[in-house]
Amino acid sequence: MSRKDQKWSIRRRLGIQLSVIAALLSIAFYLTVRTVAEQAAADTQDSILAASATSIADALYSERGAIRLELPYSALSMLGTISEDQVFYRVVAKDITLTGYDDLSIPDTSQNQRDVVFETTIYRGVQVRAVAMSRAVSTGNQAQEVTVVVAQTRLGLAATSSRISSTATAVAVGFFLVVTALSLLAAQSAVAPLNRLTQSVTRRGPKDLRPVVTETPRELVPLVDALNSFMGRLRFSLTRSEEFIAEAAHRIRTPLATVRTQAEVLYRQMKQPDNKKSVREIIRAVDESSRSAGQLLDHAMVSLRADQLETREIDLTYLMRDASDRLAPTSDLKDIHLKLDLPSHGCKIMGDLILLQSAVRNILDNSIKYSPEDSSILIRLADDEEYHLMFIDEGRGFESSNPQNLVKRFTRGSNVSDVIGSGLGLTIADEVARAHNGRLEITANKDGPGTCVSLVLPYS
Amino acid sequence: MRFARFTLFLSVFLSSLSMANAFESEQQRTYSAQNAQETLRIISTADIDVFEPIIYAFQRQNPNVNIDYVVASSTELMRAIYEENLPFDLAISSAMDLQTKLANDGFARTYSSEATDTMPGWAKWRNQLFGFTQEPAVLVISEADFLQTPIPTTRDELIELLRNNSEKFDGRVGTYDVRTSGLGYLFATQDSRNTEAFWRLTEVMGRLNTRLYCCSGEMITDVASGKIALAYNVLGSYAASRLHNTAGIVIVPLDDYLSVMLRTAVIPSEANNPEGAGLMIDFLVGLKANTDLSASTGLPPIDKEALQAESAMRPIQFGPGLLVFLDKMRRETFLRSWVNSITQD
Ligand SMILES: Nc1ncnc2c1ncn2[C@@H]1O[C@H](COP(=O)(O)OP(=O)(O)OP(=O)(O)O)[C@@H](O)[C@H]1O
Ligand SMILES: [Mg+2]
Repeated sequence: MSRKDQKWSIRRRLGIQLSVIAALLSIAFYLTVRTVAEQAAADTQDSILAASATSIADALYSERGAIRLELPYSALSMLGTISEDQVFYRVVAKDITLTGYDDLSIPDTSQNQRDVVFETTIYRGVQVRAVAMSRAVSTGNQAQEVTVVVAQTRLGLAATSSRISSTATAVAVGFFLVVTALSLLAAQSAVAPLNRLTQSVTRRGPKDLRPVVTETPRELVPLVDALNSFMGRLRFSLTRSEEFIAEAAHRIRTPLATVRTQAEVLYRQMKQPDNKKSVREIIRAVDESSRSAGQLLDHAMVSLRADQLETREIDLTYLMRDASDRLAPTSDLKDIHLKLDLPSHGCKIMGDLILLQSAVRNILDNSIKYSPEDSSILIRLADDEEYHLMFIDEGRGFESSNPQNLVKRFTRGSNVSDVIGSGLGLTIADEVARAHNGRLEITANKDGPGTCVSLVLPYS
Repeated sequence: MRFARFTLFLSVFLSSLSMANAFESEQQRTYSAQNAQETLRIISTADIDVFEPIIYAFQRQNPNVNIDYVVASSTELMRAIYEENLPFDLAISSAMDLQTKLANDGFARTYSSEATDTMPGWAKWRNQLFGFTQEPAVLVISEADFLQTPIPTTRDELIELLRNNSEKFDGRVGTYDVRTSGLGYLFATQDSRNTEAFWRLTEVMGRLNTRLYCCSGEMITDVASGKIALAYNVLGSYAASRLHNTAGIVIVPLDDYLSVMLRTAVIPSEANNPEGAGLMIDFLVGLKANTDLSASTGLPPIDKEALQAESAMRPIQFGPGLLVFLDKMRRETFLRSWVNSITQD
C-alpha cells in the first residue's frame, strides 16, 4: 500500500495547522509580554519622575517676596536608584528660570486639565522623559504659579526593554517548540484510532467477515458502521452461495441414489458382458458424482462454519477413537487393521467438534482408501508443544514432489485414478486446520512405504 | 549656541569664585616618551609630585605616549571642560560632584574595557566616571597640643572639646574654605547630609575664629608648624603621605563616619585621543595590583576589603544626588548658612 506519494496525510495537516496556531500564539504572547512589561517599566519611570517633581515642588518657599527652592537631596538621588540615566530639571516662575537647566523645554500644561503632564522629547540630542508639575506659591500678598520640570534619559528603560524582549523571545520560542512537539504528539494520537482500525481489519484472515468491534472514537463510528454493514452484506451473499451449493448437492444426491439402485437392478438382469460393462461404468460414474456431491456438501458446511466456530472443549483422544470406531466397518472390508496410539492423559483443546470430526474422517478415509488390503494404519496422537493428529498408512504413497498441492480443491494424485474420489477431502481437512489456527502436514511414511498425514493443532 | 544661557549661569557662579574669565592652570609639565607617536593631555587636580610616579610607570608600559599634565583646581578644571570645551583627553578630579555634572550633562565619553568591567559598581557611573582611589576626610591634630588633652574620636567629642577649651583653640582651628575649594564643598555638603552635628561644629568653629584654607597641604603644614592645633576634613591620603617627613602631626579618623572621596577620571567629549585616555583609565583602575606604585603616590586604590575593614568609611555615592548641591539656589543657601556660621564677627 505505497500511496504515500500522492495522498495527503491527516497527521501532517493537523501537525502543520497546530504549529501555525502555536506560532501565532507565540507571537501574540511575545507582543503582549513586551507591551505590558515595557508599559510597566515606563510607568515606573513616570511615577519616580512624578515623585521627584512633587518633592521639588514641596520644597518651594518664599523669602522676602522671592520664591526660593531648597532642592531636596532625595529628589534627584531617587532618580538614580533604578538606572544610571542623566537627570535634568528646571524650575520656572513667570517665564523666569529660578534654577536648573534653563533650556529644558516645559511640557505644555495648558492643554491638560491635570496638574501633572508627561512628555517624551529630545533634550541635548537624547530622548528624555519629562514631567511638568505646577504649584502655586504665595509670596506675601499674592500667589505665584511655579512650574517644576524633571526630565530623565531613557537608557535604563531601553536596557530593561531589551532584557524583557530577549526573555520574551526565549519564552515564546520555547513555548512554540513545546507546543509544536505536543501538537505532533496530538496529531499522532488523533490518527491512532485510524491506525488501530486499519490494523484490526488487515490482520484478519481472508474469511473473517465478522463485524469490527475495535473501540473507535465517535467520529469513526459511521465509517466502522459502513464497513460492518458492507461486510455483513458480503457475508450474506457468500453464505447464500455456499447454501446454494449445499442445496444443489443435496438435490443431486437423492436422484443419483435412485439412478444407482435402478442401475444395480439392471446390472443384475443383464446377461451380455458388454452391456454389463457399460452399466458398471454408469454405476461408477454415479458413485463418483454422488461422492462429489457429498464432499461438496461437506465442504460448503465446513466453509460456512469456519467463519463462526462453535467452539467448546474437545478431548482429542476421544475424537480419534471415535473416528476410528466410525470407519472400522470400512477398514474391516479391506482387512485393514487400525492401530490406536493415544496418550493416557486427556488432550483437550477448544474447537468445533463437527469440523474436527469431518477433518479427521476425511484423512482417515484417505488412509483406508489408498491402503492395500490386509495392511495396518497407525492412528497416533503426539503431544509436542502442539497436538499432532497423525494417520500413518502403508499404502501407495503419493508421487507428487510437492504434497501441499494435493490440498488444493479438486486436485487428486496421478496414481489414484482407480479409486473413486472428488479431490476435496484434504481441502476440507486443511480448512478446518486453518480455522483452528493449525495446519495440515503431508509427508511420506518414514518407516517404509505409505503416507503420513498430520493435522497439527496448537494448544488453546 | 544651544547651552549659551546655561553656561552663562555656570560662569556666573564660577566667576563668583575667581574673577578671571579664562581657565587658569596652576602647573604644567610635559613628559615626552622615547618613541612618541601620540600625546595624552591630562587635566588634573592632583599635584604633579603626587601623580608623577604614575606617569612614569604608565610610560614604561606605553613608551610611545607623550603626556601633557596640567594641574588646575576642580573649579578651573570644570571651566576648562564645561565652558571652554578645551580638548583635554582625560580629566582627573577629586570633586566627584563636578565630575558627575560633566557626565550628566553630556560632556563625557562612554568607555568600557576588560579592566573597567571588573570594577565594583559603586566605583563607576554610566561607564563615564571611573573612581580609582578611595580617600577619606580625616581630622589632623598637632601632637604637641594633645599631650594632656584627650583626642576626640567622634564629631560630638570634637564639638565638646572645642567648646570647653575655647581659649586654647581660638584661632587655632583650620578647615577648607568651601567657597573656594571644590573638595571642601563636597566634604561639607556630604557632612551636612550625614550628621546633625555638622552645623553645630561649624557654629563652634566659627566662634573660634577658624582659619580657612584652599588646600589640604597648607592645613597639614600649619598643623605641623603648630600654627593651628587641628584641621578638620583634611584629605587623609595627603596627610598619610606627609607623615614620614613631617614631625608632630597625628591623623585621627573619626569613628562616627568618614566621608570617602573617590578620585575620578573622565574622558571629555572633546578628547582628541580617547584611546590613549582609555589606556590611562585601565592603568589607573589597575592600581590596586601595583602596591609599590600606590605606596609611592600615597593614593589608596579602590579596595572593597579595606572599606569593609573600617566600618566607619562611607564612600560618597555616585548618581544624580551629587548634582543637588550644585544647584544654584541650593548652593547659595548652603554657602549663606555656612558663611553665617563660620564668620561670627
Ligand atoms: N493416504 C494417502 N495415500 C496416498 N495418497 C493420498 C493419501 N491421501 C491423499 N492422497 C492423495 O491426495 C489426493 C487428494 O486427496 P483428497 O482426499 O483431497 O481427494 P480424494 O481422496 O481423491 O477424493 P475425496 O474428496 O473423495 O476424498 C488423493 O487423490 C491422493 O492422490
Ligand atoms: Mg479423500
